[in-house]
Amino acid sequence: MTPAGSLLIATSLHKTYGHTPALDSADFSIHPGEVVAVMGPSGSGKSTLLHCLAGIVKPDSGSVHYNGRELTAMSDAERSGLRRGEFGFVFQFGQLVPELSCVENVALPLRLNGTKRKEAETRAAAWMERLEVADVAHKRPGEVSGGQGQRVAVARSLVTAPRVLFADEPTGALDSLNGERVMELLTEAARESRTAVVLVTHEARVAAYSDREVVVRDGKARDMAGAR
Amino acid sequence: MSGQDAPAEEPRSRVSVARWAADLAMGGRFAVTGGRESWARTIMTAVGVGLGVALLLLASSVPTMYQQRNERGDARSSFTPSGEVKPGADTLRLANAGTTFRDQDITGEVMAPDGDGTPPVPPGIDRIPAAGEMWVSPALKKLLDSDEGKLLRDRFPYRTIGVIGDSGLSGPSDLAYYAGVSQKAFGHVNSSYHIDHWGLADKKGANEPLDPALLLLIIVGCVVLLLPVLIFIATAARFGGERRDRRLAALRLVGADIHMTRRIAAGESLFGSLLGLAVGAGLFLLAREIIGSIQVWGISFFTSDIVPSALLALVIAAAVPASAVMVTLIALRGIAIEPLGVVRNAKPKRRRLWWRLLLPLLGLALLLPLAGGFGTGSSGGNMKAYQAAAGAVLLLIGITALLPWVVEAVVERFGGRGSVPWQLATRRLQLSSGTASRAVSGITVAVAGAIALQMLFASVGAQNTEDTGQDPNRAQLIANVPVNDGDQARDAFARYRATKGVRDLLGVTEDYISDVRPSKDDPTSVPEEAITVADCPTLREVVRITSCKNGDVFLVDSSSYYGEEPGFAKPGARVNFAYRDDGTPDLRKKKLWTIPQSATKVKPRPDPTGSERTGIFATPGAFDIADLPDPGAAAMIRLDPKVPDGVEYVRNTSAALSPAMDVMRLSSTSQSDEFQVIRKALFIGATATLLLIGASMIVTTLEQLRERKRLLSVLVAFGTRRTTLSWSVLWQTAVPVVLGLALSIAGGLALGVMLLKMVGQPLAVDWAGLGTMTGVGGGVILLVTLVSLPPLWRMMRPEGLRTE
Amino acid sequence: MSIGHTLLGLLEGGPRHGYDLKRAFDERFGHDRPLHYGQVYSTMSRLLKNGLVEVDGIEHGGGPERKRYAITDAGITDVEHWLTQPEKPEPYLQSVLYTKVIIALLTGRDAADLLDVQRAEHLRLMRDLTQRKRGGDLTDQLICDHALFHLEADLRWLELTAARLGQLAKAVRS
Repeated sequence: MTPAGSLLIATSLHKTYGHTPALDSADFSIHPGEVVAVMGPSGSGKSTLLHCLAGIVKPDSGSVHYNGRELTAMSDAERSGLRRGEFGFVFQFGQLVPELSCVENVALPLRLNGTKRKEAETRAAAWMERLEVADVAHKRPGEVSGGQGQRVAVARSLVTAPRVLFADEPTGALDSLNGERVMELLTEAARESRTAVVLVTHEARVAAYSDREVVVRDGKARDMAGAR
Repeated sequence: MSGQDAPAEEPRSRVSVARWAADLAMGGRFAVTGGRESWARTIMTAVGVGLGVALLLLASSVPTMYQQRNERGDARSSFTPSGEVKPGADTLRLANAGTTFRDQDITGEVMAPDGDGTPPVPPGIDRIPAAGEMWVSPALKKLLDSDEGKLLRDRFPYRTIGVIGDSGLSGPSDLAYYAGVSQKAFGHVNSSYHIDHWGLADKKGANEPLDPALLLLIIVGCVVLLLPVLIFIATAARFGGERRDRRLAALRLVGADIHMTRRIAAGESLFGSLLGLAVGAGLFLLAREIIGSIQVWGISFFTSDIVPSALLALVIAAAVPASAVMVTLIALRGIAIEPLGVVRNAKPKRRRLWWRLLLPLLGLALLLPLAGGFGTGSSGGNMKAYQAAAGAVLLLIGITALLPWVVEAVVERFGGRGSVPWQLATRRLQLSSGTASRAVSGITVAVAGAIALQMLFASVGAQNTEDTGQDPNRAQLIANVPVNDGDQARDAFARYRATKGVRDLLGVTEDYISDVRPSKDDPTSVPEEAITVADCPTLREVVRITSCKNGDVFLVDSSSYYGEEPGFAKPGARVNFAYRDDGTPDLRKKKLWTIPQSATKVKPRPDPTGSERTGIFATPGAFDIADLPDPGAAAMIRLDPKVPDGVEYVRNTSAALSPAMDVMRLSSTSQSDEFQVIRKALFIGATATLLLIGASMIVTTLEQLRERKRLLSVLVAFGTRRTTLSWSVLWQTAVPVVLGLALSIAGGLALGVMLLKMVGQPLAVDWAGLGTMTGVGGGVILLVTLVSLPPLWRMMRPEGLRTE
Repeated sequence: MSIGHTLLGLLEGGPRHGYDLKRAFDERFGHDRPLHYGQVYSTMSRLLKNGLVEVDGIEHGGGPERKRYAITDAGITDVEHWLTQPEKPEPYLQSVLYTKVIIALLTGRDAADLLDVQRAEHLRLMRDLTQRKRGGDLTDQLICDHALFHLEADLRWLELTAARLGQLAKAVRS
């Protein structure tokens, strides 16, 4: 583990849902521009780790530091603000607002941050171009294919130029060709803008797009780079 | 994709009744056994339908309530239409002794038997109260025994000997009393009469056909209040439809065909609505108890009076489940339930305008020919009433049908501009405006109808609302004291002046004097003139004078007002103030008084009650009121605003002066009570409907939120503020409601104008009513949003991300 | 697959005759290809020569002479090294990995660790292949994908085995 120079560091996170421990003393760290795959069997606590790292869920104990600030000590509003401004998110499915057009979906994080509609949609269009989905800009999510929808979601996660991108099974609902393309575009864009990517996946071929992997088993995270 | 479902291959006639029953029963079973979700759906539907059914049952009880109440009211009436009853051994002398305590009206009679026979006993009591005794209604007894009624106790110098039974009351909260007084006490009563029986024996009035205009009002009123209830029931039958559709899709996968799924769905809603009937009956019983224990505008009902008419109850029991099933089947037409899921007919068809416009236009077409005049009693009045009612109903339903089109057309134009919440809301509405319009359509009917009726009542009421000319700034109360001579008048004024809360009092004593010889034109009559005696400050209030001192006399010539020959009352003229007992001038035993030469002619000034007095105005130094034969005394009282309940102290003083006297409150306008009540009732009815619609909007909103639980969690993940989503819920409710209100205001004004034209009233818009309805509409928007917020926030928790 | 390491691992449990070794090996790993006794003999001589095993004793009886072998400290170190060293990821590795897992379980070592290390090795290769794929033309991509899918299959097997370690340990020790 190399916390020095890390952008996001978590130490001994504990989180219990009901009686089931999801995280049991998990550690994690990521550098700017680094792509880290979080792997592990289902129910191992991968997603919980991501939620804690992103400040969506407060861990029962342990701390998360982002850029020198302690996330775990922030108020809900502060963490929300951080997520709007500095983090980006891609999920497996069900993340696009069905009634908004694709370009409006991509522009949404910018607009939540107070960017004017015109400018937000211009920037959104540029990102959609980059993710090869410019042609569906004015369609609704229900009218595009799964691969296109996921690319729209990736465009949305990157539109605010986040410092950290959290991707939870971003290709889970896609076939391998689409999945690979999405991963390629995602990691390429992230590396270019030195965005750190926390990539939760159980697929090795998706994890192969990372720089290193962390394995979560029984709520404990193991950095395999350090183990070697 | 649905080849096997082509009707040709499955002749419907072959679907036997047994299949139908089996599928319906299966649906019923699903409604119960489908796990928590279907239970929740069934309960929601049952409660929704139940609320509607309870309202319908209450509405169907109104005829009985009205009838029972009127019958008892008639039974205790002392009105004798056949004419005056001469006092006899078996008659009763009565005087109306109603009074007011704070805002509550108390009805009462003081009575004394005329002879030794058996005078009639009013319903609800055992015997005529002897002098000094009284019977009180339970509500009045309670009021008198309470701390609040302490002040009132002084007004009734009687011993309570019993409680009036239910048969003698219209409702449980009636404030009423029967008090016994001595025959002598009637000398202090302004007006009394004799009766030989209680109750209206002659009930011809009851069977008269309704006035066509009234019939029109009743029909429109029913449509206005009940159509939204029906719409609500229809909405309730669709609660949770999306989940049910998914469940049906699963059934298709294991082999059910489309017709079967429809029948199963029908069975589910049949079960829900039957349960709703039961819930409705329960709610009705509950409401019955509640209604029995409350009163609105002084009106209350006995629980036992609230019985639905059997026929109407039967119609409700049959129509509600039938319409629930129909609504379900119609709703299912728009979607295809396929084995792998529910397919909404790809692009919902654009709503067509023509037939939606046709309905209100047809309504207007029916109404327009009647605009010339209506209810003039011409032949075919009933036909016209039905034509008008049909027109009004078509117009109202037409507005409802127009609403979805308007919502769609307007929402279409929102190009995704505006803030994020606005964008989310309008885009949501663009995707499915039907749900929103359906919920709001109830509001539209209710508000449009309420506005139209309000206009009608406001206009009719405006005619009855007169400028009384009274000036409450100069005096707030006026008491007409029955006195036998001037001394008593003086005494009465003194007692009022000494009453707590009275700041100032203008006391005038009035009587008549006559000429000393009969009229030249008609030798049988003697010209008369009024004489008013009061001190200088008081006189200034009733005539325009510049200077006044005790001993002065002023003259206001009434002839110039009535265009008659100049009166006999001139300075220096001699006049007579002797009168016989029957109230005619007595020229045989004349008592004479000479109007001083110094008397000046002046102009009258409206007194605080707004009336202008004429005749002779004398100060006490010029004319001794003790000489007046049968004076009337009027005390115009100015209250001290700092003393609470000043009015009640004055009323108590009045009661002590005379057992049957009440004081009048002055106000600058007066309006007949019925119109106030009807307007309030309309307002309450419309508000209740709006609340009902609000309730169904809450359910739909929550349902929609639950469907999007995951999306909400995702939005939270990337940092969406609570306020953003809260505002979007607000806008999402507000846009359809505002459109609905706008449409209903337009429609309501149109219908109102038609109604006014029909009854030949001048056009007037009831802005206050419009404002109130708009306000209530806004309140509903707020309410729906506020109630939706806690669940919204609960669903915005990140736990939603884990449920996969 | 290394028969020498496997036999050494089997010896860690205690000294055995050559014939016992063959039987133990066949029982656990030789389902379709039983070991020839000659193979055992030659392997043991090589191990003996390298000082990884020693002869614990010789039994003379009716049949051929029976040597009892025991593992030396150097032999234990060698097994240790073999188990912790990830295999070079290549197709059809599972028999080796299986053997390693069983030996690890038999000798009371951490089999999960072994699997994690192996996974990291696989992923490293997959990363390289992915990198090459991104830079290369369609032919490169197709070739890399072929390898990637095979490696992924191995990884999946690793995951599955990791998930079943508890069950396996029970079966092995019984």
